[in-house]
Amino acid sequence: MTMQSTVEIEAMPEQPQWARELRESARARFDKIGYPSTADERWRFTNVDAITRIEWAADGPTSDDINLDPFQIPDLDAALAVFIDGQLRADLSDLSGLGEGVVCEPLIEALSRTGVADRLGAQSATLTDGFTALNDASFGSGLYIEVQEGFAAHRPIHVLSLATSGDTPIAAHPRNLIVAGKNARVQVIEHYNAVSDEIVNLNNAVTEVFADEDAFVEHYLLERESERGYNISTLFIRQGARSVVHSHTVLLGGAIVRNNVVPTLAGEKAHCLINGLYVAHNEQHLDNQMRVRHAAPNCESRQYYKGIMNDKSRGVFTGRIIVDKAGQGTDAIQTNRNMLLSDDARVNARPQLEIYADDVKCTHGATTGRVDDEAVFYFRSRGLSEEVARAMLIYAFAAEGFDRMQLAPVRRLLAAEMIAKLPRAEGLSIEV
Amino acid sequence: MTTTEEVARISDERREYKFGFVTDIEQDFAPPGLDESTVRFISSKKNEPAWLLEWRLKAFRKWQAMTEPEWVFLPYGYPPIDYQAISYYAAPKAGPKSLDEVDPKLLETYEKLGIPLSETKTLLGIEGAAESPADARRPVAVDAVFDSVSVKTTFQKELAEAGVIFCPISEAVRDHPELVQKYLGSVVPYSDNYFATLNSAVFSDGSFVYVPKGVKCPMELSTYFRINARNTGQFERTLIIAEEGADVSYLEGCTAPMRDENQLHAAVVELVAMKDATIKYSTIQNWYPGDENGKGGIYNFVTKRGICKGDRARISWTQVETGSAITWKYPSVILQGDDSKGEFYSVALTNLRQQADTGTKMIHIGKNTTSTVVSKGISAGQGQNTYRGLIQMNKGAKNAHNYTQCDSILIGDQCGAHTFPYVDIRNQTATAEHEASTTKIAEDQLFYCTARGISEEDAVSLLVNGFCKEVFSELPMEFAVEANKLLAVSLEGSVG
Repeated sequence: MTMQSTVEIEAMPEQPQWARELRESARARFDKIGYPSTADERWRFTNVDAITRIEWAADGPTSDDINLDPFQIPDLDAALAVFIDGQLRADLSDLSGLGEGVVCEPLIEALSRTGVADRLGAQSATLTDGFTALNDASFGSGLYIEVQEGFAAHRPIHVLSLATSGDTPIAAHPRNLIVAGKNARVQVIEHYNAVSDEIVNLNNAVTEVFADEDAFVEHYLLERESERGYNISTLFIRQGARSVVHSHTVLLGGAIVRNNVVPTLAGEKAHCLINGLYVAHNEQHLDNQMRVRHAAPNCESRQYYKGIMNDKSRGVFTGRIIVDKAGQGTDAIQTNRNMLLSDDARVNARPQLEIYADDVKCTHGATTGRVDDEAVFYFRSRGLSEEVARAMLIYAFAAEGFDRMQLAPVRRLLAAEMIAKLPRAEGLSIEV
Repeated sequence: MTTTEEVARISDERREYKFGFVTDIEQDFAPPGLDESTVRFISSKKNEPAWLLEWRLKAFRKWQAMTEPEWVFLPYGYPPIDYQAISYYAAPKAGPKSLDEVDPKLLETYEKLGIPLSETKTLLGIEGAAESPADARRPVAVDAVFDSVSVKTTFQKELAEAGVIFCPISEAVRDHPELVQKYLGSVVPYSDNYFATLNSAVFSDGSFVYVPKGVKCPMELSTYFRINARNTGQFERTLIIAEEGADVSYLEGCTAPMRDENQLHAAVVELVAMKDATIKYSTIQNWYPGDENGKGGIYNFVTKRGICKGDRARISWTQVETGSAITWKYPSVILQGDDSKGEFYSVALTNLRQQADTGTKMIHIGKNTTSTVVSKGISAGQGQNTYRGLIQMNKGAKNAHNYTQCDSILIGDQCGAHTFPYVDIRNQTATAEHEASTTKIAEDQLFYCTARGISEEDAVSLLVNGFCKEVFSELPMEFAVEANKLLAVSLEGSVG
């Protein structure tokens, strides 16, 4: 992928000077660091050569005739923004019904709004990462979501990115900025999907979340790309005092997927939940990298990530808790549990702590194993077939994460999706 | 428990670092600098056979093409090492043979360090050891390495009767070349990593242990490393081979004088355990740590690795790391034989401005292999303490299991504790569990102790000892007592 094919800064629509500078400095940053290599410790287990070898286009022919029904979340009453191959389709979107005090519009149209200049790139530019720099340089599609002080969005916002272009491999750089003012409340679902499993595409997405004092933000990443597609998603979160942010990630699709979650707890008594599940089969490669920074006193963070790997797939988990000197009274927990379903599957786990304050409680745990034979035996002794017993146990392993999600329709959809992906679980029906 | 009075006494006796003295003795030096002639000089000094010189030169050429690794996590960093400013060989001039011939200054040095080179005394002169009747006069064979050479190995006769070979490695090269040639570099290849390759080129001395089939070594073996000379590096090489069914326990201790400049210690230790053999390797590392501003101290960059070659072999590493300005080492086990077992027990303490990046690697290859990792990190002062470890289960490691626990405590708000484990599982029957926690000393426990009239310093020492107990219980008794004291002294001044 060359910069020319994805970034035409000059060709961007009218934009303020600061946005131009942000792009240009990001471009310089990218020119300097380039794509990550496995020599970079953070990318040690994920080789992106397969992505960089492809000749990506910024856009291509898209079809007008798209049936969105299979990509809706059943029973979910949500505002909907639809991006087809990286381009916003207002005709397919419905951003109404969010209520007073809520702004939800294309990011590119929001650049002159108050506060946007200070926030856009404020978190992403601090990370030395090629893909993030590329997004900083190329941002165009994506939403600006702002909930003003004291307001709550009446409906969740479903941001659906659909890949449809079968002939031209398209690289998109979705960029969202979510701002929750004091005491504000919002739920956002970032959803990546493809119309067929033959599509080769790249979504290199960056979302920055700013949660002011006492705000509540729930963010979902549903990654259901084509199994020939690629997804690099980076979620930055900056939390004010007493704010609560929940991040849920479910990785199901994609050939190579990288999911970065980078929260900074910058205000006292903030709480951050990072909940994730990655389910891989065939030769999928799903990589998760968390970097939770406690920069203020008495904050809490909870990381719960689970992986299920089948066939020749590979799962990667890197979680780092960083506690600054200012982070006295930190209470941080991180767990990563993995289940291998085949002898060719592989998992790399790196649960890490980096602690500079003494009055802290930080723990992490990582386990890897397979379905417990004794539990299977228990089920079989009660008349269940081995297949169903295994499927149920695998499902139960994963289900704990679903319970932390507030939106029941999302939970139900994911449970069904996951079951569909499990081996020999056709006969299994589970009420969620 | 070591009480405050004891600590105060010990510290008063030897203000701060108690082994910081210098022995004034005539020494032979290689001129500072490193090129092929240095390698040839060391080899000729030791009258080495041609194959060993060739091996050293191969390593040296490889080393020239390598660059110093940068991935180590040292928040304070360290100034670049000038490899041309180091002298790679320093030896006391008089080559001693029997105890009577050993330079009295050397005897005095080891006497001061608590290491008896006379076979009538027990190790370290530890009160606890002498008082307990069961263990009184339990002999420990000692190989004393002074800068680049071994000055004395005790109990060689008794060991020879049991069939055990315990001697300086330079002697082994002369007397048992077939064994050395077969095993040297078989676990840590000459090209393994920057510091191991450097060691392969310039290693000076170290210990060699060979325990034949079915023999349980009749006594603890021990090597005491002492850096004395200025501007030298110590590059010792230790090789331990336990044949089928053999059993050996080996201890290692180290000290160095207090100096403002940093000195490099880049050792290599290789362990080979055949079928049903057991090797237990314990280290108490107390190199000079530098001062509270981070000036001086030893760079302890060591490669230690063992291989469980045969079925049911067992290798156990225990380390207590309290010294060195920088400790950078990962005693590892390759679990090749089926049902073999690897263990790693570690206490690492960083005080002053010390930095440690240490841990282990367990590479599971054979079926039903198990490994246990228990790491306790203590950070005080401005110390930065990092655990880094790798658990790898290969495809063939059916039903392999690992349990890892790493706990850290922080004393004071100027220090750091970090944990970077790597888990790499490549088959579904393998299981790995990793747990880690970082906390400060529990205030309720501290309160409980102080409420009962124990001073705060004693209480901290008591709690830290309790925290380390799992590791200390793995140490041979004499060393456990020493480790306890060392910890108390190293912690001194970190409260309040």
